[in-house]
Amino acid sequence: MAVKTATGAPARLPAGAAPGRGGLWAWLNKRLPIDKFLVEQVTEYYAPKNFNIWYFFGSLALLVLALQLVTGIFLTMFYKPGELTSFDSVEFIMREVDYGWLIRYLHSTGASAFFIVVYLHMFRALLYGSYKAPRELLWLIGMLVYLALMAEAFMGYVLPWGNMSFWGAQVIVNLFGTIPGIGGPLVEWIRGDYGIADATLNRFFSLHVAAIPLALLLLVVLHLVALHESGSNNPDGIEIKEKLGPDGKPLDGVPFHPYYTVKDMVGVGVFLVLFALVVFFKPTLGGLFLETPNFEPANPISTPEHITPAWYFTPYYAILRAVPDQRMGALLMLLSLVSFFFLPWLDRSPVKSMRYRGWISRTALALFAASFVLLGYLGLQPATGAYVVLARISTVVYFAFFWLMPFYTLIDPVKPVPERVTYHAH
Amino acid sequence: MRTERGPGARAGRAAALMAAVLSAAALAPGAPAAEEGAGSAEGAGKLGADWQSWQADNDVSDMASLQRGARNFVSYCLGCHSLKYERWSRLGQDLAIPGQLLQQDLMPPGEQPTQYILTSMPAADAQNWFGKTPPDLALMARARGGDHIYQLFKTYYVDPSRPTGANNLREPNIAMPHVLSELEGLKRAVFRDVVVHGEGGQDTHEPVFDHFEQIAPGRLSAAEYDGFVRDTVNFLDYVSEPTQAARRALGIWVVLFLLVFSWLAWLVKREYWKDVH
Repeated sequence: MAVKTATGAPARLPAGAAPGRGGLWAWLNKRLPIDKFLVEQVTEYYAPKNFNIWYFFGSLALLVLALQLVTGIFLTMFYKPGELTSFDSVEFIMREVDYGWLIRYLHSTGASAFFIVVYLHMFRALLYGSYKAPRELLWLIGMLVYLALMAEAFMGYVLPWGNMSFWGAQVIVNLFGTIPGIGGPLVEWIRGDYGIADATLNRFFSLHVAAIPLALLLLVVLHLVALHESGSNNPDGIEIKEKLGPDGKPLDGVPFHPYYTVKDMVGVGVFLVLFALVVFFKPTLGGLFLETPNFEPANPISTPEHITPAWYFTPYYAILRAVPDQRMGALLMLLSLVSFFFLPWLDRSPVKSMRYRGWISRTALALFAASFVLLGYLGLQPATGAYVVLARISTVVYFAFFWLMPFYTLIDPVKPVPERVTYHAH
Repeated sequence: MRTERGPGARAGRAAALMAAVLSAAALAPGAPAAEEGAGSAEGAGKLGADWQSWQADNDVSDMASLQRGARNFVSYCLGCHSLKYERWSRLGQDLAIPGQLLQQDLMPPGEQPTQYILTSMPAADAQNWFGKTPPDLALMARARGGDHIYQLFKTYYVDPSRPTGANNLREPNIAMPHVLSELEGLKRAVFRDVVVHGEGGQDTHEPVFDHFEQIAPGRLSAAEYDGFVRDTVNFLDYVSEPTQAARRALGIWVVLFLLVFSWLAWLVKREYWKDVH
């Protein structure tokens, strides 16, 4: 077994050829390609060896997805959807179900963690041009995952039936009312009633625990299949498949297992430390992860002082409120999401990674990231005075990043891209 | 007043207390009269001028404080307010109150420890007497925050224009009477006239709170009353999330485990990646 690849990594024999694997395992593999799958997708799937910290967030998103599914299943055992039962059943879980408080906090913190991880994952794609050819479809599927996640989070947010659940649902569902012609009847159809009511709560429950998770899982599988088809991008934005060694393996690649499985475990550990600090010591995170008004039951005749959506929606909410006309605001908000889908075709730069792009692209990305964070902050503040002005400026910057991209990426002074990835052994 | 059903002793006590507050308010001088009366406790600063920055600063791991808070709740709050998610047995268990003591001193006679802590005041009566049903307090400390409740109980003042004879800075025109007035005594709020420049060039005069004046002493000193309110807030904080002590205790071990796990994972990673050049 002393064969060494060009990277210096010991070569692995195909698992099927491993001696001593007869009996049940062989029987299984004749009927189900377990070994074949593991070899192709894990032990012989070559990933660039120069991944940095930004590359932890994909596997962390998978971890959080699994966490949400498992904790969600246990919550569903005790949660009772219904105008008269939802709020009480959540408190029952918090107080009387053994470790119910832990399951609930894992799920509520998990929702926010999901968005943190996904936003960092998306920023990584922007930073290193991971959406560019040949990974356009991978990016599009990823965006669909993001949209499904938003729907999932919104409906989950309504389920505890606190006062912010109720009023948040009211505001967001009413956005559909701005669609000309069919708006009114559409909103009524979504709610199943003349207002946010029992019918709304129950259908959101159904969608939250069955329909959307199924869609989400399917999309995540497609996302992974597409990833493994084109292979991972890397911080240098170089296709490692173009430089193969004599053994036909990428010179700059290492087998995903064991190299990235052991590396991702470090990421998992550090992530879980931070996650546990929130779950056990600051589960509401000062009203950001669990909103204070949601400790009061839904009350149709008492509006919370400031209605704000959950923090992960606030950039879009700020764009919505930056426009004086509600219909235009809703349209702009929709456009702010849709813009992401066009990214692979808006970017005309010959270079993928920011490492080799010029100052224009770098400045544009920095401004975009700043405007996104600022919009997120502004979406949590009242829409008055200077806040609105700031939101309008940020909105312009936000859209300029996307729609001026075909121009500034063309004139951007790029640097020569090296032949091989930059990697410094630690 | 209608005849009370069942164990109405608590409702009767609440009503009696309300009557006491009403009569006290009626006697209280509306104009600056008894300024020198009990003003000695004021000290250098103006009493209550900084009320918005007051913090409960309570500690839910202080078991003695929680036990006093439970006593305070049963004596002064349970007459009107419920803790509908908390069982008597849970309270006894979490606050280390022996079963016999719990039944003798805290629980209303005839109730079972497994029952939830509910007021015996009928909601319909409450609606008649106060204009609204007193809210359940099981989650109040999470919904409003402990500081809010602390400030609420420290900023009651005499206001003859209110039906209960009392008003509040934290929650202006609150429906709840100052049920702790026998402990705190009575305070008068002094407002100063502030001129607000209107948009149309018209100036309006608005009263802005300046400070409190103690006009009648209570059974407790200022420091004792402060402790009384703090204990009660502490208890409500506990009730709003009875598992919070267990949460923090478990959290320390989980975080320690995860730190060790991360360190080991890093060692394994380093070992594997030695091969990669």
